Amino acid sequence: MKLANDPHLYTPITMRIIAKRDLCPDVRFFQMVPAGEFKQVKIDYKPGQFMMLSAFGAGEGPFSISSPPSRKGIIEFGIRKAGKVTEKLFTLRDGDTVGLRGPFGNGFPIEKMLGKDLIIVAGGLGVVPLRSLILYALDNRESFGRIIFIYGFKNVEEMLFNEVLLEMLDSDQIELYLTADKCEVKDDKYKGRICEGQVTGIFKDLKNIDPGRTVAAVCGPPVMYKFVVDKLLEFNIGKNNIFLSLERRMKCGVGKCGHCSIDYIYTCMEGPVFSYWDVIHMRDLI
Amino acid sequence: MRVYKISKQDEKKLFKVLEKFGEVWLPVKKGGKCTFSRIYSEDRLTFSQTEICNRPLLPLKKLLLPPEFNTLDFNAERYNRAEQNVPSRVVVGSHACDIHGVNILDKFYTTDFIDPFYRERRKKTIIIGTSCEPDEYCFCNKTNTNIIEEGYDLFFNDLGHYYLVWVGSSKGDDIIREGDDLFDENITDKIIGDFINWRKVNENFFTNDIDFYGVTDLMELKYNDNELWEYFGDKCLSCGQCTMVCPTCTCFNVIDDLEVNKNEGHRRRYWDSCMFKDYSMVAGGHNFRKTRAERLKLWYTHKLKAFIGQFGNPSCVGCGRCIVTCPVDINVYNVVSRLKGQEKELIRK
Repeated sequence: MKLANDPHLYTPITMRIIAKRDLCPDVRFFQMVPAGEFKQVKIDYKPGQFMMLSAFGAGEGPFSISSPPSRKGIIEFGIRKAGKVTEKLFTLRDGDTVGLRGPFGNGFPIEKMLGKDLIIVAGGLGVVPLRSLILYALDNRESFGRIIFIYGFKNVEEMLFNEVLLEMLDSDQIELYLTADKCEVKDDKYKGRICEGQVTGIFKDLKNIDPGRTVAAVCGPPVMYKFVVDKLLEFNIGKNNIFLSLERRMKCGVGKCGHCSIDYIYTCMEGPVFSYWDVIHMRDLI
Repeated sequence: MRVYKISKQDEKKLFKVLEKFGEVWLPVKKGGKCTFSRIYSEDRLTFSQTEICNRPLLPLKKLLLPPEFNTLDFNAERYNRAEQNVPSRVVVGSHACDIHGVNILDKFYTTDFIDPFYRERRKKTIIIGTSCEPDEYCFCNKTNTNIIEEGYDLFFNDLGHYYLVWVGSSKGDDIIREGDDLFDENITDKIIGDFINWRKVNENFFTNDIDFYGVTDLMELKYNDNELWEYFGDKCLSCGQCTMVCPTCTCFNVIDDLEVNKNEGHRRRYWDSCMFKDYSMVAGGHNFRKTRAERLKLWYTHKLKAFIGQFGNPSCVGCGRCIVTCPVDINVYNVVSRLKGQEKELIRK
């Protein structure tokens, strides 16, 4: 966390892009490190936190961190081309610089997850922040029980991080379920490994869920939350043990610009991760 | 608290004293509108509650967080905090409601993260409050913001031939010391009598019959009263004037501008409004508050309820600006009226 009384609260540091690759036609993965005079800056963060990323001349926006804090030094983002800032980011080459502030927000409550079974549910681009949590849990495998990961996407072409996920399918460290709304598999490597349907369709396959020792983390398009939460509640998982990572418009990250306000809270300060119990009490959260 | 008396005959002499502390600002009429303006001579200086124009269109936030300013200068390699060049100012003529507004801004901008741009301007602004004569739109007596105990450096109570001057800060005390020979520390029984009488007379000015009792609960209980919110939503023009004039509206937008040479640029921050259609819209086009009714609900939640959770008070200070400004008469009075199940409305003249 930055110092509360920081004259440079709104001043980004400079980061250099060291590598990038396309995860699908409109989502690109960026790896970056602090550049020049900022080389010594240590960016400490939690899975589920976000940062304010600036593209030269185009502006600034909030982006979930995709790298796990257990792999230090390099900050990673998975970014969909969807507006002015991201269009500019997509023109950048290795060695180019961007501005970065943060991290901001609360992140996932790791302390509540230690020793517990995890059910992680991602829809579409929601896999980006959850990748941070999953890799963190795998890097600290002995600190967690079962790790169940359900990932849904529109079609196989839009499946992000596909290579590492295919490896995970063969791993005994994680129980992975992949599902596509429309599953037309051309490539042999996907055959029989991706279900057709939505993430909610997977829950009937989950066996021996112990609600007393299960914590869930969910991130996806707004429409997904209610249906996934209903499924989790069917397992009797506590409302205070279901965590949703939400998206809102943000222009500051520090509870001042107002855009992410919901009732009396600011998503950038109290969120972006909320328990379902919070959601019930807050108007219009999902 | 230290209290002094100063004769109205001596008020002009204070200009030279105040000038030593910074630019002197005062609400004055410009083109028919009351607006905070810098004054350059003692002729225009007054602390009189009848001479200072009532309710400047834009409240003090105009000086504490300008409608638009640069926060950063940048080039392709580096972002730098933009030099602010904030002048020291002595702002005369804020009424109790507006100082309550500043107290809310103070809490808001210095809780958790401290906004460096607000802090810099706030530290360089001396606030000299003045008493007022409420008009038919004022309802600060209902929001408990008609009396002010903190937030000002000096406060001038107009008691006819003289002012009672309350000292609210160390800086205020410095001003008294600087103009030492003008201020009289001897507060007689006659003066106290005048003040008590002023309180009584002042209370009689209020004619606004807005009924604030239980409004916070009603805001919660009638949140899903679609008929109520759509009644206002159908009228709303999304023009955002209510948010611009509100003393406790703080939302801003941020945009980057490139210089003509395309090699450097500036990050500009300017007032935004939750009434604007794209206020809650995220990249990709999803809008969390598509309808005018939803956006109005957010504003009224903030004004009538939400701040209680955050800071212990609602954030409406009863200044009446929304009543005199909204072109279609959506204002705190009329929303509270409907929340109470009534249909009476206060229409601006």
